[in-house]
Amino acid sequence: MKSVTEQRLLVTGNEAAAIGVKLSNVRFISAYPITPQTTIVEKLAEMVSKGELKSRYVEVESEHSAMAAVYTAALAGSRSYTATSSHGLLYMHEMLHWTAGMRVPLVTSVVNRAIGPPWNVWADQSDSMNQKDTGWLQVYCESNQETLDTIIAGYKIAENRDVMLPLMSMEDAFVLSHTSEPVTVPNQSMVDEFLPEYKPEFVVDVNNPRGYGSYATPEGPFMELKYDMVSSMERAKSVIRDTLREYSDTFGREYSGLTENYMMDDADYAFITSGTLASTAKYVVNKLRKEGKKVGLIRIKFFRPFPQEEIREALKHVNAAGVIDRSVSFSAGGSLYSDVIASIYRKLDVPVSGFVAGIGGRDVRISDFEHMFSLVQDGTEGMQWIGLKEVD
Amino acid sequence: MVLMPIAETPSRNHKTDSWRVQTPVVDYSKCIRCMICWKFCPDDAIEISKTGELASPNFRISKMEVPVINLDFCKGCGICAYECPEKCIDMTLTGGVTL
Repeated sequence: MKSVTEQRLLVTGNEAAAIGVKLSNVRFISAYPITPQTTIVEKLAEMVSKGELKSRYVEVESEHSAMAAVYTAALAGSRSYTATSSHGLLYMHEMLHWTAGMRVPLVTSVVNRAIGPPWNVWADQSDSMNQKDTGWLQVYCESNQETLDTIIAGYKIAENRDVMLPLMSMEDAFVLSHTSEPVTVPNQSMVDEFLPEYKPEFVVDVNNPRGYGSYATPEGPFMELKYDMVSSMERAKSVIRDTLREYSDTFGREYSGLTENYMMDDADYAFITSGTLASTAKYVVNKLRKEGKKVGLIRIKFFRPFPQEEIREALKHVNAAGVIDRSVSFSAGGSLYSDVIASIYRKLDVPVSGFVAGIGGRDVRISDFEHMFSLVQDGTEGMQWIGLKEVD
Repeated sequence: MVLMPIAETPSRNHKTDSWRVQTPVVDYSKCIRCMICWKFCPDDAIEISKTGELASPNFRISKMEVPVINLDFCKGCGICAYECPEKCIDMTLTGGVTL
């Protein structure tokens, strides 16, 4: 079903995120500016001041406070939102644990930017990869359209009573955040129907005081609460698949699930990556296919929960695969690489090469992908850094 | 459904007085009711109450509200005594918990 009233706009990834927030009827926003995220919350502040979005917008002195504000607003029953990048996200780290541990289903946008030193504002997923163990669901978007759609679907996934975990939606800095693309904006009434009002089971109430995250001894229920988060993360997989199917049916855009397979059906070799590197990878897959090389791509859209089953299924018949990380995990290669290896351990005998590429916003060119393809074909082991230059 | 870390009882029910070694004792005859101790207390263990029979430096101050330490939650950190501009809070070993 397609609505005749949906709009087609030329917008940046950050504007797309702000439109997604507006459509999701977010009632509380708090943020601290940081490049390249700033234009998201600037746009939202403008919408609030013009009365287009009926939301409270609270300015704070830091990202730590921003996350504290939105998570407590959500505890008080308001659908809430914040956005950040890089060092701002690192500064939120403690509150990320609180939000997930309190089972508050926020959606937060993260524009992936490098971590200093030295200062660098360009695309690099190290900031959000640093948060992979905080209990948040993580989505790496590939386009401005997906950025918008992920906010709306994200609230529905996070607020599902079987999930109740916050969700982080990523855009690569500048490649998406500041680059305009045509985006289809869904009709508000259809979004309202898809995403009902946020009604949490527990709401902070001064007349009925309870202990929120107050105290748990070694005897309990500390371990049980953490185990329940792990179980919810597992259950989130089917919720994600169902919700995205419903989203696709409602809004007419195809989202397959935790991963996107591109030309994988008969592939002998596979690239595995996330975010906008996947767009270049698709171009290279097409190019190599024309040269008669049977290569495909697995784009990891959800990094948390990690799509172990999808990866095992897609890699079943390939000869070799190469994982491209746009982040660094010092002395452990890349986070995507480690998790891909762990998910096939003793289940598939597929050689997997690991690559670190494009960090600090360095271009990953078609020729770089072709080079990585030849290394995958050769069964190169360990982590390779792509595009590294000689330094005097 | 999920497990949530929400207790039926508020955290006011978790008393932390047994953590205390030193106990603050306020000399109200020197206390100017500036509430700096209340502002700095990291545990929200100082309450502002209506003035009563407590001593005060002068008649005007005797009509003001007073900070009263709630010993159910005071962990004895001594920040109030350190910050007090009149130095009228004494950290004593008396009244501490004996093991």
